[in-house]
Amino acid sequence: MSSKPASLRLLDAFAGPHGVDGFLEQVDPLLVTGECRAEVVAVEHGTEESVTLTLRPNRAWKGFRAGQFVQVEVEVDGVRQRRCYSPASAETEEPGAELEITVKRHPGGRVSNFLVDHARPGMVLGLGQGEGEFGLPRPWPDSILLIGGGSGITPLMSILRTVLAADRERPVALLQYAPDPERAIYRAELESLARSRPNFRLLRSYTRAPGAGDLDGHFSPTHLPQAEPCFSTAETFACGPPALLDAVRGMWANGLEHRLRVESFVPPELLPSGEPGEGAIRFAESEIEVADSGAPLLVQAEEAGIAAEYGCRMGICHTCTRRKVAGTHRNLVTGEVSSTADEEIQLCVSAALGDLTVAL
Amino acid sequence: MTTTLSPPTPTPAEAAPDWTESFGEEMDAIRQRLLAERGQHDADYIRRLIRVQRGLEVGGRALLWAGVLPPAWLAGTAALSLSKILDNMEIGHNVMHGQYDWMNDPKLSGKAFEWDTACPADQWRHSHNYMHHTHTNIVGKDRDIGYGILRMSEEQPWSPYYLGNPVWATLLATFFEYGVALHDLEVERLQSGEVELAEKRGLIEGIWQKVRRQALKDYVLFPALSGPFFAFPLAGNATANVVRNLWAFTIIFCGHFPEGTQEFSEAETENETRGQWYHRQVLGSANLSGGPLFHILAGNLSFQIEHHLFPDLPANRYAEISVDVQEACERYGIPYNVGPLHRQFGSVVRKICRLALPDRLPSASLGVARGALGGLRKSAGRLLGDLRTPA
Repeated sequence: MSSKPASLRLLDAFAGPHGVDGFLEQVDPLLVTGECRAEVVAVEHGTEESVTLTLRPNRAWKGFRAGQFVQVEVEVDGVRQRRCYSPASAETEEPGAELEITVKRHPGGRVSNFLVDHARPGMVLGLGQGEGEFGLPRPWPDSILLIGGGSGITPLMSILRTVLAADRERPVALLQYAPDPERAIYRAELESLARSRPNFRLLRSYTRAPGAGDLDGHFSPTHLPQAEPCFSTAETFACGPPALLDAVRGMWANGLEHRLRVESFVPPELLPSGEPGEGAIRFAESEIEVADSGAPLLVQAEEAGIAAEYGCRMGICHTCTRRKVAGTHRNLVTGEVSSTADEEIQLCVSAALGDLTVAL
Repeated sequence: MTTTLSPPTPTPAEAAPDWTESFGEEMDAIRQRLLAERGQHDADYIRRLIRVQRGLEVGGRALLWAGVLPPAWLAGTAALSLSKILDNMEIGHNVMHGQYDWMNDPKLSGKAFEWDTACPADQWRHSHNYMHHTHTNIVGKDRDIGYGILRMSEEQPWSPYYLGNPVWATLLATFFEYGVALHDLEVERLQSGEVELAEKRGLIEGIWQKVRRQALKDYVLFPALSGPFFAFPLAGNATANVVRNLWAFTIIFCGHFPEGTQEFSEAETENETRGQWYHRQVLGSANLSGGPLFHILAGNLSFQIEHHLFPDLPANRYAEISVDVQEACERYGIPYNVGPLHRQFGSVVRKICRLALPDRLPSASLGVARGALGGLRKSAGRLLGDLRTPA
């Protein structure tokens, strides 16, 4: 059987098919042993378009390193959706420590709008472990430059808070881009830190409010020396919209690439959907890729030699249901089109629109 | 009791193509509307229901632990019976149909869900979701017609074994969870040699594991907690399982066997269109009337017609769409079979008893014979009359 201790196996035998978690979560959703979840303990609207949530994770949470991101699962309209957010709180060894995320509203975004409008203390969210390579390396660099735009400021806040909490000497500079002061996330706290910490230099540029900030306009070579004169020797962390990151990468080309770490925050948008027969279908578990013929995915899997489970072949019995990892598909019965990642789909009545990967 | 408002209607095979297509389109439209409305309300419903079921299970077992006291035994057995009924019908059966797959909650995924009864969930998914729902009421393909041990259709040839029909039915009802567990094994096909035992080894292993775990839980582990009084929780658990078995059997047999439901042959359902499939689902199913609590306990299988039209849509919606479905059936002249439990089940019991006996003469021939006899009598009477009255 499994490598579980005998006492747990005994408990499982009593609990029956639903498992011990099936009962624990009725008492407290955070009590589950097999899943990492967090409770929202505080909700703050720092700006009109964003919400800052303080989360208290359960015992399954293993913490994160400053700069990493986590997957957060939120139920919107009955459907669980997963999105990635970078905790903005400082890294800590304390078990059970709370973490903070800030969500910015995206036009048409299901989860961001739901959280900004409806997040409240007591809500329970799914939480993934810290992931990603972006973040503070160990040992910490001698000098640090942070360049952030929009919600890209969040992993940078984590790095900043982590370093400033431990160190009063190490120079840290932050170059923040926002449309205007009202929409600058963490403005008050950053200003307070800049006043109280001599080793922290803060420069803001408001792209739609010229004159309101320390600098003007979007990122340009002239901004850099003011933030960090020795930027070529500082370890630089950049996070924000694609345009900002492209401009930053341009500056660090020609030999300086190793000093620059970049994390891209692309606003969620519908994946460009192609036409049937245009893309490639990838069967992830079988490691087979075929050119989309436009036929239902079940048929294409069988033609590729995969023995997929099936039943009625007409969208009724759900025997052929598998997880679509990524891509856009059309339901041939309802005509509905969906680009949701990690979605359960019925292969016999689904056709791909463009590239698609399915767990089969 | 059928509620036909127009003369007898054609079967799916006989009806004009545009008639069935039009009916199919109306059913598809109901489906689309339901899909658009499905959301938080339905997610909250299934979660609330699960909460109630888990509460009844814990409460029932706690009471049965003190089952040596009669009030605790009665209350505990009742609570555990309700827990098993909810888990089996409104939760298990519906979740495994994929009715809540759209929520992306792995605990409510139809493919992963396992239920508190002897039948392994994956075998159920195969025999029920696929075989029964695709081939509903097609004799020779839908093995729910008789479960391999009963005669539930005139199309099944009679044999002396079926004299015991009422006895086999009572046994099946009492031990229904084991009957269902063995269903995918196709015992009658093993006996006839159609299927080799070797093909079924994997299934047998799966059945054994599930039956063993369930029996251990209900008949060893929980009773053991009561020490010297183990007999009370043991009796309570056994009773709860039997209560669930009898209730499930009753509701399920009312789904396709009351008077008026129709069966179909493989020939007439070959190359079925989507509209014809919808039509056959209505003709082969029957509903039970009752209040909201009754429907929940029945797993909304009291809306068998709606369930067969839309097996993968949340069952809590069947009550509201039954209004539209019944209205559409009236317009198309499709019989919509609905009646109270005692009447529907009564007709099922009569059917079980009637089919235990051989059909002496096919009823059509009986009618012809009667008619011919009547005609002979009339002619004889006229002849006699002519003979008596001189022209």
